Amino acid sequence: MDGKKKPKTKKQKQKLTLKLLIKQRYLLAMSIPFVIWLIIFKFIPLWGWTMAFQEVRPKSFALSVWERDWVFLDHFKKLFADPRFLQVLKNTIGTSLIGLVLGFFSAITFALLLNEVRNVRFKKLTQTISYLPHFVSWVIIASIAKMFLGDSGVINDFLGSLGIKEVHFMTSNTSAFWVIVSVINVWKECGWDAIIYLSAMTGIDQGLYEAAKVDGAGRFRRMWHITLPGIRPTVIVLLIMSIGGVLGVGMERQMLLGNGIVKDYAEVLTWYAYTKGIGSQNYGLGTAIGVFQSAISVILLLVANKVAGRISDSKLI
Amino acid sequence: MMKRKKHKISYINRKTPFDYFLILFFVVVIFITLYPFINVLAISFNDATDTLRGSNMLIPRVFTLANYEYLFTEKNLFPPLMMSIARTLVGTISGVICTAMLAYTLSRRDFYFRKIFTAMFVITMYVSGGLVPEYLLITRTLGLRNNFLVYIIPGVIWVYNVILIRSFIDGLPEALQESAKIDGASDFKIWYRIIVPLCKPVLATVALFLAVGQWNGFMDTYLYAPNLKTLQYMMYEIVNKTGIDPGNTHGQNVEVLASSITPQAIRMAITIVATLPIVIVYPFLQKYFVGGMTLGAVKD
Repeated sequence: MDGKKKPKTKKQKQKLTLKLLIKQRYLLAMSIPFVIWLIIFKFIPLWGWTMAFQEVRPKSFALSVWERDWVFLDHFKKLFADPRFLQVLKNTIGTSLIGLVLGFFSAITFALLLNEVRNVRFKKLTQTISYLPHFVSWVIIASIAKMFLGDSGVINDFLGSLGIKEVHFMTSNTSAFWVIVSVINVWKECGWDAIIYLSAMTGIDQGLYEAAKVDGAGRFRRMWHITLPGIRPTVIVLLIMSIGGVLGVGMERQMLLGNGIVKDYAEVLTWYAYTKGIGSQNYGLGTAIGVFQSAISVILLLVANKVAGRISDSKLI
Repeated sequence: MMKRKKHKISYINRKTPFDYFLILFFVVVIFITLYPFINVLAISFNDATDTLRGSNMLIPRVFTLANYEYLFTEKNLFPPLMMSIARTLVGTISGVICTAMLAYTLSRRDFYFRKIFTAMFVITMYVSGGLVPEYLLITRTLGLRNNFLVYIIPGVIWVYNVILIRSFIDGLPEALQESAKIDGASDFKIWYRIIVPLCKPVLATVALFLAVGQWNGFMDTYLYAPNLKTLQYMMYEIVNKTGIDPGNTHGQNVEVLASSITPQAIRMAITIVATLPIVIVYPFLQKYFVGGMTLGAVKD
């Protein structure tokens, strides 16, 4: 009975599809090239994850994927026995968490205060200026930062005039570098990150403020009890996304702000993957670092999403 | 209406200390944001030996064009400048066209592959192959090392921008497309006759993002195309060199150079050259990207 029915429906479906395909030929022509692009540039590298479980050196490129030496989890075992890797992991998490806390705190404070400015022109001007640094490259920011925070830079000149001894901002090989990178990042991104909160604030029902005023709530209480809860869903969504990216600290910023002296504290996972994978041509090990990073990121994203779903209704996925 | 107006007036009349604090606070914020740029600008126009006395200034103390002169004559700035302009133009134009096309097909509810294609693109926002597989793909499999296309093709689509444009199209009245379809317009025609003109604001946003990304691009040059030097890469080289290349100076020149130009002055001059285009286009485009950003935020 079943066998008789199935071919018929299948045929019908196929007919429908073929007709549809012809009808939608322009849509297909406008999307298929990009799907091919996607497969080449995004999915093939995912297939490259197999290298994380193999010994891949320049000489093994002549072999097919299946003929290479399978070492399974050896790369991962090696990584966790490698003190340098553990230090790099610490740097990544440290830089990331400090950046996360400072970034969220500064952007939310910035938005909260700017939202209270009543002069519309001044508000617009401040906002426009505040996200200018977002559009300036890290190469430039790093060059400026090194000049400003250098041993004879403007900041140290200023501290000197106050009688404070020279501070080696950019050249002290300690975890203070994590904070310095985060502060520079705040300077660059704070205004830009605040855009999203400011737009969420404009969506808050004005009637709530009126009602609170009638009830005798002062300005600070209104900020605390209406504005902040009003942007909570936005904050949670952004937080989930950032937690997913905790291990994905970009190598560009670290490399440009860092230097030989502070490398022990500047090097992050992506950079280490570059050093090991491309620099020393140990492609298998380099891929393994990337796989580790991706896997943890996805897990963190899912966990954060779940926790956020438990605590409140705002969920990302 | 009346009530609102009355409130506004009472707001203006009652300025609390907190209002003054806010203004003071944001004046300080503006100063902190702008001072480094103004300072760099001043140093780039200041006599280099004078700068050695202290670099804290808002306007040049001893005005000179020597730093820029040196940069443009001795440093061979033009090839990298041209490379930066070329990648920005080609990358932005091709990127906007491709993103708009793809976004339109994914916005069409009747498109048979809409769901699966959308899912495929969105997945790549969360998982990526990572640095090493991408490096091997581009340099070995595709052989794009030191090829101009490496600046254009791998980054032609940003999924975030696709979502941005798609959300914008979703907000357009559907009747426009329907009536065009009844008139017998093909899907491609609908796209470039109706969708593209209506999407101008969001396309401007995407163009800005792409252009800034291209102009500021550094890692792709570093990884894949060190021979196709851009302005950013050249700047990186200059910043990370301790002195001006000694090979360039002979005999007497050394003294003249040492007394009038310092590496720092050169660095500041090239910083200005690399920042200038952004500062110039920025005020014109900024009204678009705020709209674009908030749109993406709401629809995400």
